[in-house]
Amino acid sequence: MTVMTEVGTLIGRSVRHTARSVDATIVAIVLPVMILLTFVYVLGGAIDTGTDYLTYVVPGIVVLCAAHGSAMTATSVNHDLTTGMVDRIRSLPVVGASLLVGHVVAGVLRNLVSTAVVIAVAVLLGFRPAASPLDWVLTTGLLALFMAAFGAIAAAWGLFVRGPEAAGALAFVLLFLPYVSSAFVPPETMPAVLRGFAAHQPTTPVVETLRALLLGGAESSPAVPAVLWCAGLLVAGVAAAGALFRRRTS
Amino acid sequence: MCMAYTLLMTYTIAVEGLQKSYGANPALTGVDLHVPKGSVHALLGPNGAGKSTTVKVLATLVAPDAGRVVVAGHDVTEEPAAVRRVISLTGQHAAVDEVLTGRENLVMMARLRHASRAEARAAADRLLARFDLLDAADRRVGTYSGGTARRLDIALSLVGEPQVLFLDEPTTGLDPRSRRDVWAAVEELAGSGVTVLLTTQYLEEADRLADRITVLAGGEVAAEGTADELKSRIGGETVQLVLPDAAALSAALTAVDGRARIDEAGLSLHVTTDGSAAAVRDLLALMAARDVPVERIAVHRPSLDDVFLALTGPRGVVAA
Repeated sequence: MTVMTEVGTLIGRSVRHTARSVDATIVAIVLPVMILLTFVYVLGGAIDTGTDYLTYVVPGIVVLCAAHGSAMTATSVNHDLTTGMVDRIRSLPVVGASLLVGHVVAGVLRNLVSTAVVIAVAVLLGFRPAASPLDWVLTTGLLALFMAAFGAIAAAWGLFVRGPEAAGALAFVLLFLPYVSSAFVPPETMPAVLRGFAAHQPTTPVVETLRALLLGGAESSPAVPAVLWCAGLLVAGVAAAGALFRRRTS
Repeated sequence: MCMAYTLLMTYTIAVEGLQKSYGANPALTGVDLHVPKGSVHALLGPNGAGKSTTVKVLATLVAPDAGRVVVAGHDVTEEPAAVRRVISLTGQHAAVDEVLTGRENLVMMARLRHASRAEARAAADRLLARFDLLDAADRRVGTYSGGTARRLDIALSLVGEPQVLFLDEPTTGLDPRSRRDVWAAVEELAGSGVTVLLTTQYLEEADRLADRITVLAGGEVAAEGTADELKSRIGGETVQLVLPDAAALSAALTAVDGRARIDEAGLSLHVTTDGSAAAVRDLLALMAARDVPVERIAVHRPSLDDVFLALTGPRGVVAA
C-alpha cells in the first residue's frame, strides 16, 4: 500500500503541474484544434475521402492530440532528472520508478481532458459521432492505452537525452507520425513507400479503430492490431525507461 | 559485519578505503571519513575533488567500487533501504518543485516518507515556522529568491526527522545575504542533534559551520582536522612585504636568510612572525639597513585559504 501512496502523491504533483502550466495546456488543446480547423476548412475542400471530411478527420485529430500531448512527458521527466529531483526522490525510502509512473499516469489524465475538449470543439463544428455508451468507454480505454504507451516512450526519451530542448523535440516527431497514416487522407493515395509505412505504424490501426468506434463499423475495425501495437509500445517504453533510469542514476 | 558493528558504536558516518571510478576515470582513490553523531563535518575541496561522489555513495545513489561505507550502522551496499530511512540529501541544485508552493513541497515530501495527510500538514507547518518560511509558504517556489529556495530545500530535507543530513554545496551560486541565511539554517540544525555532512568549496563556510574538516583533493584525503588544527599546520601569522621589483624581492629574501615564502608574480615576501609589533618593526629595520625598498606591508593571519592552497594548489604560490 505504501507504493500506492507514493505513486498517488507523485501523480498529484504532476497533475498540479499541468493545472498550473496554463500555457502548456493551451498548446496541447489549441494546436490540435488549429490543425482540425486547417484540415477541415483550408485543405478539406480539396481532399476527397468519399465521406464528409470533418467526419473523416476527427479521429485522426484526436490521435494527433493524444500523441503530441504524450510527448510533453519527455520534458517533465528530463526536468526532474536535470534539476536533482530524481536524486532527491531516490534518496528517500521510495521506489524510484514511482516518479516515472506518476508522470505517465498524470500525462494520460491530462491528455484525456485535452482530447475531450478537442472532441467537444469538433461536435460544435458539426461532428456527429454515432457511438454507444460502450463505444465511448472503449474509445476512452483505447486512447488511455495509446497515451500510456507514448507516455512511457516519452519518459524513456526524456531520460535518454541531455537537455530540455532535445526532450521537447519528441513532440514534433509524434506530431508528424499521424500525417503518414490514415488520419488525414486515405493511405491508398500515397506513394508505395509511404503507404507501406502507413500500414505498418501504430497510429493507422488506432485511428481506424477510433473511427469505427465513434462512427460505426466496429466489427471490421483493426482493433486487435491497435491494442497489440499499443501494448507492445507500452512494454517497450517501460523497459527502455526502466533501463535508462538505472543507467542515468548510477 | 564485525567492523561495521564497531564503527556503529563510535561514528554515525564511517568510511574506510572508499574507491569509485567512472569508467576509466578514478573519482575517489581511497577516502576515509569518520563523523561522530551530532557533529557537522565539512568536505572541502575544489571542483572535481570527489566531494559529490562521496556524498552520492553515502546517500546510496552510487555504488562504491571498493571500501566500507557505513551510515548510522547500516552498510550502504548491503542495506541501502535502511540507510535511506535515516538519511536525507540536499543536492547541488535546490531540488525543490518550482511549480508547487513551499507548503505543497513539504507536504509532498512528508507523504513520500509515508506520513498520513494530517501528519504531513502538521510537519509542513512546523518546518515552515522553524525556517522562517511562513510568509512564503503559499507562494509558488518559482517566485522565491535563491536563498529562500535553499532554506526550503533544507527544510524539505528535514521532513521525516532524518538522523543524517547530506548537504552538497548548499550555498553555491547564492549571493552573500542568502548564504548567511543558509548558514543560519545549518547552525540551527547543528544544535538539534542531527549529524550533518556538508560539501563546500568555500573555506569560510567550512570554518564557520563545521566541527571538523576533511580536505579532499584529486579523489583522496589531503588533510583532516578542526579548522584551527589545519591552520596551525602552516604556521603562525605572516608579514607580507610588497616590493617594487624582482631585484628588491631577491634582496629582501637574502636579508631574511631565505626564511620566507615568496610570491614572484605578486612581488611579495611572506615572513612568518609571532605577530608582535616588535617583530614587524625589526623586520622593517632589517630591510632599511639593507636598503631594500619596501612599498607596502600587511600582517596576515593564516586562513583556510592558505591551508587549502598549500594542500591542494601549486607549490610556492601563496594566497593573497
